[in-house]
Amino acid sequence: MLEPTVSSPGITPAAAAGDPAPRRGAGAFPTRRARRRYILILGVLALAAVAFAFGLLAWKNPMPVGSAGFWRIAELRVTNVTVMAIVAFCQAMATVSFQTVTNNRIITPSIMGFESLYVAVQTSTVYFLGATGLVAFAGTQQFLLQVALMVGFALVLYGWLLSGKYGNMQVMLLVGIIIGGGLGSVSTFMQRLLTPSEFDLLSARLFGSVTNADASYLPYAIPICLAAGGALWLNARRLNLVSLGRDSTVNLGLNHRFETIKVLFFVSILMAISTALVGPMTFLGFLVATLAYQFADTYDHRLVFPMAFLTGFVVLTGAYFVMNHIFYAQGVVSIIIELVGGSVFLYVILRKGRL
Amino acid sequence: MITLSNVRKSYNSEVSIGPVDLQIPAGGITALVGPNGAGKSTLLTMIGRLLGLDEGTIEIGGYDVTTTKSKDLAKIVSILRQENHYVTRLTVRQLVGFGRFPYSKGRLTVADEEVISRYIDFLDLRALENRYLDQLSGGQRQRAYVAMVLCQETDYVLLDEPLNNLDMRHSVQMMQHLHKAARELGRTIIIVLHDINFACHYGDRICAVKDGRIAEFGTPEEIMTDDLLTRVFETPVECINGPRGRLACFY
Repeated sequence: MLEPTVSSPGITPAAAAGDPAPRRGAGAFPTRRARRRYILILGVLALAAVAFAFGLLAWKNPMPVGSAGFWRIAELRVTNVTVMAIVAFCQAMATVSFQTVTNNRIITPSIMGFESLYVAVQTSTVYFLGATGLVAFAGTQQFLLQVALMVGFALVLYGWLLSGKYGNMQVMLLVGIIIGGGLGSVSTFMQRLLTPSEFDLLSARLFGSVTNADASYLPYAIPICLAAGGALWLNARRLNLVSLGRDSTVNLGLNHRFETIKVLFFVSILMAISTALVGPMTFLGFLVATLAYQFADTYDHRLVFPMAFLTGFVVLTGAYFVMNHIFYAQGVVSIIIELVGGSVFLYVILRKGRL
Repeated sequence: MITLSNVRKSYNSEVSIGPVDLQIPAGGITALVGPNGAGKSTLLTMIGRLLGLDEGTIEIGGYDVTTTKSKDLAKIVSILRQENHYVTRLTVRQLVGFGRFPYSKGRLTVADEEVISRYIDFLDLRALENRYLDQLSGGQRQRAYVAMVLCQETDYVLLDEPLNNLDMRHSVQMMQHLHKAARELGRTIIIVLHDINFACHYGDRICAVKDGRIAEFGTPEEIMTDDLLTRVFETPVECINGPRGRLACFY
């Protein structure tokens, strides 16, 4: 490499030395104020997360605090809070990464057919095996089978569409949406042929809800999503570069296609775990990622990821807290998330005027 | 030295590039000129390995662009495309900082920060360094992009129409900055230009591209002749002696 000549008039590195001007750095935040704002918001979210989690565990606990009965009831509720943490983690990490590799801030990995596949698997179980089949089709094997199916589906789709000669992200997204729509139509068709009692049983599974999750899934779900999330975390600096688009990524020395497929693989694992655990949560990931970018206001994924996870956890636990203790509307938390979350989302976007 | 031998790229039976054989010596500014659709940008993106070749080889400073590892090439050649749009919101300094990625892998050191400051100052962006790119004018933004590729500290710098959408003043400033980068920093700059007079004044060599092939390659004095330019651009061009060198008149 040729070293630039320091003596030339245009290049004055020494000029900054005696200058009391603010420190010059290309870090994640341009100003101290932006950094303070980030820490403040992260702190508030962390407090809210602790408060809601504690509220879910202890609020309306009929036994006196500290007694043996109190702890037993709290322990029963811990599963639900853990599931919420897993779902928030999966959706947040997956959506932020997915938006980065697709270079698009207004989509979510849910549209890539994960949820339609889940719905199709559940529906065809009832359709072909009947209500007894659906009840029997539970437990860890079916959970792992669903995860494997969804990851396999995603890998075939990404591998096929991104590695060909005309491999193209836009085409892949479009094909994903079309396959998702097709699976959805097949499911709807099968649902129409079900008996009302079978359909009733099925629809309970198709509403995204943490009560769908079984505690026996957790020993498998937690390590898998920690591994996938950890892999994305280790890739965070590369993701920062990938967010500049293909040309800049290649120019600065990364293999863009390899990075994309790698990230999409981890995203598919996270989405598969989340969907197989609780069912469809279409809006949550999108909401969480968009809010996290508003709150964090930085390009650095190492700072966006924790913000997104905490936002997701607060949204989920908050929605459940409101649902359990204020509206008594058991079961349909996605409605609250979409109503309240959607309003907050619109408010933030309209106030700032940009994504 | 950049060497293209027998380079071909075909889109369909009618539109194809090549075969191109070209040797661009190291140092100075080489301008690629030619009519729209001649293949200037395609050639440049192939040299910058953003586009694969169908046949032939391209070597930059002795490294074959298709076989050398991308992360090693990122320290030898940098390329700036014509259209740059980032989904992420970045400040000028953060953008320029990405130019250090081949060295720092995203972990900026104190030495990296010094290099970043140097190139921000080099392109007179100091006052703007903490502004977001969407708060800048087109000319300022273009300078920030150029600062990023210079910050990559590669011997070879490829620029695809960096004067696009710039007014007279900003075009002149940009060319002066690039001229300085070539002279003072010893960079080899390959630049796609539309204005033949800019190419003549600032270029050390001009390469005229037409119909996917190299039509002419030489010094500005050799290229700036009436019949050569008329033939390449398919427009009547007259060259006159201006106060500061040859000028092409085609208005």
